[in-house]
Amino acid sequence: MSAALAASRRTPGSSIVPRIVIYGLLIFFALIYLIPFFVMLVTSLKTMPEIQQGNMLALPKAPTIDPWIRAWGEACVGLTCEGIHGYFWNSIKMVVPAVAISTILGALNGYVLTKWRFKGHKLVFGLMLFACFIPFQAVLLPMATVLGEFGQIGKALTNATGFAFGFGNPTVNLVFVHVVYGLGFTTLFFRNYYEAFPTELVKAAMVDGASFFQIFRRVLLPNSLPIIVVTVIYQFTNIWNDFLFASAYAGSGDVMPMTVALNNVVNTSTGVVEYNVNMAAAMIAAMPTLLVYVLAGRYFVRGLMAGAVKG
Amino acid sequence: MALTTATHPDRPSAAGIQPSRSMRARMQDALPKLVLAPSFAITLIFVYGFILWTIYLSFTNSKAFPKYVLTDARAYQRLWRWTFESDPPSSWYTSITNMGIFGVLYIAICLGLGLLIAILLDQKIRGEGLLRPIYLYPMALSFIVTGVAWKWFLDPGLGLEQTLHQWGWTSFHFDWIKNKDFVIYTVVIAGVWQASGFVMAMFLAGLRGIDSEIVKASQIDGASTFQLYRRIIIPLLRPVFLSALIVLAHMAIKSYDLVVALTSGGPGGSAWLPSNFMYEYTFKRNEMAVGSASAVIMLATISAIIVPYLYSELREKAR
Repeated sequence: MSAALAASRRTPGSSIVPRIVIYGLLIFFALIYLIPFFVMLVTSLKTMPEIQQGNMLALPKAPTIDPWIRAWGEACVGLTCEGIHGYFWNSIKMVVPAVAISTILGALNGYVLTKWRFKGHKLVFGLMLFACFIPFQAVLLPMATVLGEFGQIGKALTNATGFAFGFGNPTVNLVFVHVVYGLGFTTLFFRNYYEAFPTELVKAAMVDGASFFQIFRRVLLPNSLPIIVVTVIYQFTNIWNDFLFASAYAGSGDVMPMTVALNNVVNTSTGVVEYNVNMAAAMIAAMPTLLVYVLAGRYFVRGLMAGAVKG
Repeated sequence: MALTTATHPDRPSAAGIQPSRSMRARMQDALPKLVLAPSFAITLIFVYGFILWTIYLSFTNSKAFPKYVLTDARAYQRLWRWTFESDPPSSWYTSITNMGIFGVLYIAICLGLGLLIAILLDQKIRGEGLLRPIYLYPMALSFIVTGVAWKWFLDPGLGLEQTLHQWGWTSFHFDWIKNKDFVIYTVVIAGVWQASGFVMAMFLAGLRGIDSEIVKASQIDGASTFQLYRRIIIPLLRPVFLSALIVLAHMAIKSYDLVVALTSGGPGGSAWLPSNFMYEYTFKRNEMAVGSASAVIMLATISAIIVPYLYSELREKAR
């Protein structure tokens, strides 16, 4: 029973006015939280004349998906006007491998750090955990230098073999960066989850002669679905939404991820500013993470909490 | 880091079982460490090594390209001098003043609003399942999307101001987003909108975790609802306050995208935070040493908050 339940029971007669106030406030706040999104959505469905004359809160008189189509296929990012679809795919190509690799590594790390402890495991975990919190500005420049070196290696490899093996490819670079700086979080998630996993089961499997990887695959992984979902959602949201790394390491040309491209669409000053197209582009950029939130909100919140309450 | 001193008996772990010393068993012994090693090495190099590298660069006179000849602490001296250059404000003065304004307001309002909504939601509300996701969805959006949405909403010619004019409130005036003295407050508004729902979720989880016996006991003692919250429940939520504070402080110091997307830096860079300062000086103004020094200062600030927190968290866990 919650505190409030007990509290409201105390004065059953006089509770009608407070109830109205409570509901009123909650609905008021809900409206405030919804308004920016609502405005973004209705603006993306209006024509330009309607935007210039009309009220931003008004529903579109004749809803049109034309701005969405234009955002996808024609919007100008800097000087090229081919829409944002290419950048959307850039983000997908970056997110999928980065999430997969960091999640797998995090699971293995969490497994070792809880079930195969060694002297100093706390220090190792502490150092990896602190890495979650550093401002990325503190590593931005050295990483830029190293990625520049990767580019040189890529050129040399291309000259020698005709193939760069991913060296110097901006998408590969971003995958690498996101794996490196996501490891702390994924390790944290799995470590805390496996901490509560009964060690007796692991021991029993060892007695039966199961190997390190067999135990991981047969004992832990089948029981890890919730934390895998949490980790994947958390990483997906973070990497999809990243702007700092994206703008530093893939900030121009046709290699930009979605967030950078969106920022460029909105700030492109050539021609008339098409607000409806801008809003449609923003909606498209927000769609994947919003979809995840709507479909798996419970896990989304759990990830945030796990990322917030450390240790 | 002080974590080394936190010695404690290990929990009984599977590693404690002595396998026979065959070749295979010895490999099995080393395997866990081998599996962890790449991740740990990556962290050591790309986090701690890079931090040292940045610190090193801050003591050089790197401009557009990194130079590796140590010179002196000139970058820090310049930052120190700029710290007091308020008229006209230096970029650094603007950045750290904004950080103060943004940090305090963002954290305070998020905590206040988050707690308020959580308490309201905890009153046995019908439709809680419908309302809760509404407060939280902004957290799923990127700062860029949030910035674009609010830029539009706060634009005097298109957004709120114009709408209220159309509704007849013609004297309404709201141009903070274009005003160099107020633009940072629009960053606060958008930031609070994005993160307060998350703080609400943390408080709500805390409220649901409170032992109802304590609440009942205080009611038997005749405490009013207000007293109950002020004296019993809110003090019990102290750990949540701490966690939320840490998360918010950390998010505030790292905020970069929001300023870029919402204000493009504001008129004359008036909306800059230290993270924007670092980026601009490093990549746009060819002052790499100064950019690195500002990054080091950001890191030191976050560390001062995070390290004691992590230390106490990890130690408590060991008990």
